Amino acid sequence: MADQAPILELQNVDKSFGPIDVLSDINLKVHAGEVLCLLGDNGAGKSTLIKTLCGVYTPTRGKILMDGKEVHFTRPRDAQEMGISTVHQFGGTFPLMSIGRSFFVGVEPTKGWGPFKRFDRKTANEISVKAVQDFGITRIDDGDRLVGGLSGGERQSLAIARAVHFGARVLILDEPTAALGVKQASHVLRIVNEAKKRGLAVIFITHQVMHALAVGDHFAVLIRGKLAANFMKGEKSREEITDLMAGGEDMATLEAQIAGEDTELHSPAHVRTSQQD
Amino acid sequence: MVDTHNSEGTGTRGGFSLLSLFRRPEAGAAAGFVLIFLFFSFFGWDKNFLTPLGASTWLNFASKVGIIAIPIGFLMIAGELDISVGAVIPAGGIVLAMAVGLYDLNIWLGVLISLAVAGFIGFINGLIVTRTRVPSLIVTLATLFVVAGLNAYISKQLAGTTQHSLQDVGPVSEFILGDYHSWIIGEGDNAFTIFRSLQSSFFIWIVFAAVCFFILHVSPWGNWIFAMGGDQDSARNAGIPTNKLKIALFMLSAMAAAMVGMTEAVLANTASTTTQFGMIFNTIICVVVGGVLLTGGFGTVTGTVFGTLTFGIVFQGINFTTFDKDLNLLFIGVLLLIAVLMNDSFRNMATRASTSKKK
Repeated sequence: MADQAPILELQNVDKSFGPIDVLSDINLKVHAGEVLCLLGDNGAGKSTLIKTLCGVYTPTRGKILMDGKEVHFTRPRDAQEMGISTVHQFGGTFPLMSIGRSFFVGVEPTKGWGPFKRFDRKTANEISVKAVQDFGITRIDDGDRLVGGLSGGERQSLAIARAVHFGARVLILDEPTAALGVKQASHVLRIVNEAKKRGLAVIFITHQVMHALAVGDHFAVLIRGKLAANFMKGEKSREEITDLMAGGEDMATLEAQIAGEDTELHSPAHVRTSQQD
Repeated sequence: MVDTHNSEGTGTRGGFSLLSLFRRPEAGAAAGFVLIFLFFSFFGWDKNFLTPLGASTWLNFASKVGIIAIPIGFLMIAGELDISVGAVIPAGGIVLAMAVGLYDLNIWLGVLISLAVAGFIGFINGLIVTRTRVPSLIVTLATLFVVAGLNAYISKQLAGTTQHSLQDVGPVSEFILGDYHSWIIGEGDNAFTIFRSLQSSFFIWIVFAAVCFFILHVSPWGNWIFAMGGDQDSARNAGIPTNKLKIALFMLSAMAAAMVGMTEAVLANTASTTTQFGMIFNTIICVVVGGVLLTGGFGTVTGTVFGTLTFGIVFQGINFTTFDKDLNLLFIGVLLLIAVLMNDSFRNMATRASTSKKK
């Protein structure tokens, strides 16, 4: 796999908004059948990086390569046509539309001819339900059901199944597990794994180290717009990654500070109350 | 394994179930209509609420609101609003009257010009809304006054009056655009009236509603409108030309308003520049009573039609009862409130409704 050209590669990508550098010198590669976990605290530049990858922003400097060839995305549609699909935290679906209808938004299957084209509800429902069930979500069996009635995990799954069905090669998942409970999150992680098995390159953005470790092959940690670490599975422990994400040494100093305050301020108070008892 | 599962699902789906009935967004509007209809049929029986002539009173009224309410409903599903129709209605009438009366043009050419003018107003509305992202309520509020001002100014400048007469447009045109229609079977004592004194606008409404039903619920465009109201960014990312579609919807609502203005002008043989502020509220009430969600993404043409009928009955029906006519507006207000509250619970049921068994 390593000798193949990566599906998506960033070379020395910078992004600045006016005088503010949000991303600087980002180098990343993701291969087919690989999950790249992008970790970082809030404000680390994760969203900007995603938006650069999916064509919302163009990089100020540096190159984006697909299959070894340089590409330029001027709008999200360009990235989509190249097979880069983004699924957002809430699934990016339409809560008050049926599963079948929302699955095919923009590419509706039709029957009939010319101005009398009809939306083919039956086909749409069948294909969408099958696509989701193939990902192991067997609870979805009715394409007429409204998306808003699905659980958060099911909505994510639907969105991922949709992206895969329409030929995505790179799947960007923006905090897919952030708003989910433990059980729902494990659903989504299983689907991420399934997408990987099907040979997709997955970029999984999260700040939950546990979720990242469960599915990731390759990890990148962003701190203040810079790539602070880039390592493969098994190279670092959970504690090390958490430390990295929080800014490493900063965290240690903070801990020491809090501990210090504790001994200076809280302990005497604590002693006083215990004396009163 | 997957296949057996699927066929089970289809089995439950095919059958009649209460859940699938609730899932239909027009269910609430239809239920409301039936209740209101029965209520007024009972209290208005003695005053001919249900006779063909009595029924045409509220049907004619409903048809004019209804023609505009359907495209307003489209806009609301797409997450927008258009209140400029209040001025586009008279604009449609006076453009036609001036084209025929002042410039001696053929009536149908006049209709085309009037629709073109309305389309242009809608285009401007849509253009401003899509380019600036100013809420459409404010944009169309501005164009409402701009058009109202232009109506008065231009007709004074060109014709020297704000009242234009529109005489003798020919029997065929009058038949289609604005006349009273009756259909009575049999002769003398055996005569049976199917309908009586229905205006042309009623038939235009029915045809227009059928076309709009096709667009929203059968054709793939409907999916685009729902998607746009549900989540505009996702819709755009899915490749839907949201700006063009929105502009088209504003054009449609303006042209529908002009159509109403034209039928009124042909029927009354006169067109006036008076802005119809009442119509702005009437159309919005019909759409909301019809179950369209104010925040977009949800609604039906059938619901809007039911909503319009309900509104027409409440608005006109009070004349057939012994209730004090001053209570009219109070009734409308209460109706709107009930409708909004009911829509909320119906929508919740719709979201939860599932024909699959919980495991």
